[in-house]
Amino acid sequence: MTDKLSKTDSVPKQSSVPMVKAEGVHKSFGPVEVLKGIDLEVKPGEVFCLIGPSGSGKSTFLRCINHLEKINAGRLYVDGELVGYRQHGDKLYELRDREVAMKRRDIGMVFQRFNLFPHMTAAENVSEAPVQVKGVGKAQAKERAMQLLERVGLADKAGNYPSQLSGGQQQRVAIARALAMDPKLMLFDEPTSALDPELVGDVLDVMRDLAESGMTMVVVTHEMGFAREVGDSLVFMDGGVVVESGHPRDVLTNPQHERTQSFLSKVL
Amino acid sequence: MTDIDKTAGEQPAPPAGPEAIRAIPVRHYGRYVSAVIAIALLVAIVYAFGQGQINWHAVPDYFFDDRIMTGVSKTLLLTVLSMLIGIVGGIVLAVMRLSKNPVTSSIAWFYIWFFRGTPVLVQLFLWFNLGLVFRYINLMPLYKDEWSNFMTPLLTALLGLGLNEAAYMAEICRAGLLAVDEGQTEAAHALGMSYAKTLRRIVIPQAMRVIVPPTGNEVINMLKTTSLVAAVQYPELFRYAQDIGQNSGAPVEMYFLAAAWYLIMTSVLSVGQYYIERYYARGSSRQLPPTPWQKVKANMLSLGRPKGAVGA
Repeated sequence: MTDKLSKTDSVPKQSSVPMVKAEGVHKSFGPVEVLKGIDLEVKPGEVFCLIGPSGSGKSTFLRCINHLEKINAGRLYVDGELVGYRQHGDKLYELRDREVAMKRRDIGMVFQRFNLFPHMTAAENVSEAPVQVKGVGKAQAKERAMQLLERVGLADKAGNYPSQLSGGQQQRVAIARALAMDPKLMLFDEPTSALDPELVGDVLDVMRDLAESGMTMVVVTHEMGFAREVGDSLVFMDGGVVVESGHPRDVLTNPQHERTQSFLSKVL
Repeated sequence: MTDIDKTAGEQPAPPAGPEAIRAIPVRHYGRYVSAVIAIALLVAIVYAFGQGQINWHAVPDYFFDDRIMTGVSKTLLLTVLSMLIGIVGGIVLAVMRLSKNPVTSSIAWFYIWFFRGTPVLVQLFLWFNLGLVFRYINLMPLYKDEWSNFMTPLLTALLGLGLNEAAYMAEICRAGLLAVDEGQTEAAHALGMSYAKTLRRIVIPQAMRVIVPPTGNEVINMLKTTSLVAAVQYPELFRYAQDIGQNSGAPVEMYFLAAAWYLIMTSVLSVGQYYIERYYARGSSRQLPPTPWQKVKANMLSLGRPKGAVGA
């Protein structure tokens, strides 16, 4: 177990620092309160699934974790460090854009709509960030990109532009792109929702493989099968709050809360 | 007949299955009628001009005159340099305008407001007469001179045209930057890229697709607008043509000559624009659009009237 407690002063004492820790996280868009106090904890190496109806705030919460959204209240920690702020005494200081960017290097994100860079080939998409952000040599980054594309089963598509790939292939390139930064945490924002049912399997296989390699993953998903099979923890969110949480098998097969029951009866 | 028996010279027998369609295509008689009318009108106009009191021989006589050639090169030089100022300035202004920093975005707004809101000819005169305000230029360690020595006609023309153009280019670039999907910025930020890197590596290359076509428009516009700089004593194609016209007694003919040269230059620029657009289209469409030459070749092959044969 890594002991990072000495480095951080604001995390409760524990044997291992949680990868993600949320304490009463609130988020509003104007007058609309999307997150109304989220408390949860993601352990290192865990596959953490977030499910819930649309508009329940799961994607928003995910985007808060790498500070694509600013939270309005509460505290959010990644690997023991505050997200987006620095705390000195009882005062919070906003981080500079540069510092936020530094922290995002370690957090990979996969989007519902892939968001590959359309003007770059698959290999260029994967090697872009290591070269531009980490200063890795071009040849080395290209070699790594090829390995990663191989890992997601797309070595033969390295020279293709995203528009020449199917949705499932694009999403697998997007996963390789995120992995190229060697993140300690991967965020998945409904990675299979924009895919044809036939292509979902390929992407889930890659994610399963990633989970087995020990990657910490937070997955917003509607794939209950995946959550049950691969997930270590599951949280059901509705209306901006966590309604129910526990082991995926327990929550999915024996939901305690009425709201969870009605949701699952519709999607299962 | 088996596949192996097929010989190259013979028409291969159609494979068993539905017969290929051999329909008579729709006849477009309207096209013939309109073509005849258009050609007739063109002939009439050309004939009228040929009969007019214009000394057409003067045009070829002076077409490659030294002064005209100097004028052409100066016009091109002005166009290229002022567009360069315009494009660089435009990108900077667009980024400033979209910046979260209220100071830079206000400055950009004010700049665009002023330079877009006043006629370019007025701006040229303004630069030309700036000597009334500044008598000396003194960039302490670097350069010091009288203003009139510093502000040559070329510099006056470049500043007048380029800074005006920057205001227009700023709006074009801003439209291009806004057209790039927000998800692209998010993806780049999620990878840890800074704002500047995201802009330079991800957003601007994609914005170029939107920026290039109207910029081509601007280049062509600029080429013609350069004819205004005669007002600040910088001679170019139009001015030289006018001079020759006055000295040789064929003023109108020289306008035609100038028009022909402007047309030639804009035509060349349009071709260049096509290829630049094609370059920035990479990745955005599955197949690049054909080059004009490829199009011509394809049209030549299909020029013959289809004889109602499909798939033959």
